[in-house]
Amino acid sequence: MSARVHDLVREFGGRRVLDRLDLTIGDGEFVALLGRSGSGKSTLLRLLAGLDGSADAGVSGTVEVPGSVAVAFQEPRLLPWRSVRENVSLGLHRDLGADTPAGVADTALAEVGLGARADAWPLTLSGGEAQRASLARALVREPGLLLLDEPFGALDALTRITMHRLVLDLWQRHRPGVLLVTHDVDEALLLADRVLVLTDGRIGAEHRPGPRPRDPDTLSALRRTVLDELGVAADAA
Amino acid sequence: MSSTTLARTAGDRDVAATRATTPRPTRRRPDLRRWISPVTIVLLWQLASSTGVLAEDELASPVRVVTAAIDVTVSGELPEGLLVSLGRVALGLVLGLTVGVTLGLVSGLSRWGGHLVDPPVQMLRTLPHLGLVPLFILWFGVGELPKVLLVALGVLFPMYLNVHAGVRGVDPKLLEAASVSGFTPAERLRHVVLPGAMPSTLTGLRLALGIAWLSIIVAETTAADAGLGYMIMNAREFLRTDVIVVGLAVYALLGLTTDALVRRLERTVLAWRPAGPAGADR
Repeated sequence: MSARVHDLVREFGGRRVLDRLDLTIGDGEFVALLGRSGSGKSTLLRLLAGLDGSADAGVSGTVEVPGSVAVAFQEPRLLPWRSVRENVSLGLHRDLGADTPAGVADTALAEVGLGARADAWPLTLSGGEAQRASLARALVREPGLLLLDEPFGALDALTRITMHRLVLDLWQRHRPGVLLVTHDVDEALLLADRVLVLTDGRIGAEHRPGPRPRDPDTLSALRRTVLDELGVAADAA
Repeated sequence: MSSTTLARTAGDRDVAATRATTPRPTRRRPDLRRWISPVTIVLLWQLASSTGVLAEDELASPVRVVTAAIDVTVSGELPEGLLVSLGRVALGLVLGLTVGVTLGLVSGLSRWGGHLVDPPVQMLRTLPHLGLVPLFILWFGVGELPKVLLVALGVLFPMYLNVHAGVRGVDPKLLEAASVSGFTPAERLRHVVLPGAMPSTLTGLRLALGIAWLSIIVAETTAADAGLGYMIMNAREFLRTDVIVVGLAVYALLGLTTDALVRRLERTVLAWRPAGPAGADR
């Protein structure tokens, strides 16, 4: 099991954002979580990542995650004063066998197509390149659970298509459990095994888009259903 | 149409080339037009002195100043004074930097440190430190100690404030990324907090150097038996305005030199900042 959440409640100043939420992510399962802005999807991700600092107040329920959890955020969040390679290798404390952190980082950077920029300063990277570096940083941790917090939100449409392929590719090779938080319905339906819709602090709906590659007709029908669940009039979108 | 396209390609290639090499700003050739007015002013100054409009005991002529500079250099008066002053500033800097950076780190890094250190430092900061000269003379006499301490005190506050602000201003998103990446507290300090505080710290250092020179001038011209300030005060006794101007010019040059050194340090330490208007001088 990659993650198990049971009866999770998160309140901010009396406002209940997550309301007795249950969620299970299977081993190597790719789950996408959709929701309107403010629906609590980022809150859930932060709880899974262990980033919700005020854990004593306003939180109840159980969150079980594997020993290694990695996160790729919407902004790449690279340290601008460390080389791309160091950004990937720093903080790496797992047993690497005969390999060095720098070697592991170089392998991961080559895997995301960034091998040539290992020595570059992060601020000289393009948006897509920086996001690749951030993915490499998550990958070298060999996470049992990979959390993706709208990692393609700030990228241009063309780069986003390339990144979708890359993420699918990496996931199929390394098989972590994935939770992709997004508000892009097409992205969720294209990438995930299971698409969840978060409404009123709970999982309101669940879809399985079927085996890959996916049939466009099935997807567009599903798309209409999901948009409807998100409260968007289908003809408007 | 074709010519504009060509021009643009060439421009793009230039951009690509500068990005590929290390982002060091290329040295510009000095623009001679910028020399016109300074040279004119010096010429007018010389003219005013030669015609007697400017009396010798008010302000010596440029030519006299240059000869005086040569004289005091040859006689050893200037080099000796310079060494003494440099030594005082260096000692004061080391002392002030050490205390300022340490206090800044303590109050920036720990909540309790902030509660305990920040209030007294903020209160003392509002004191004009140069106003402490009379007290310092009463406490420490006219020896080396009060001069070094005055420099140290002047350096302490800008360093403290900028280190504190730098540490507190580190992007919390980077700290989050570091914590999910498994950084130990020591790694977080070394790779996130300290480098993040570096730009602000170097700004503090530049401010501190300016204040250090100001402090030594005040300290040395108030009460001293050696140093540049002593040379200036001595020259006043004999109405040697030429030597006074030499002393002032040396102070100015020293200030410029140390500032240039810090700028150079900034270029090395902050090499990660992108070249160009946004990162060039902040």
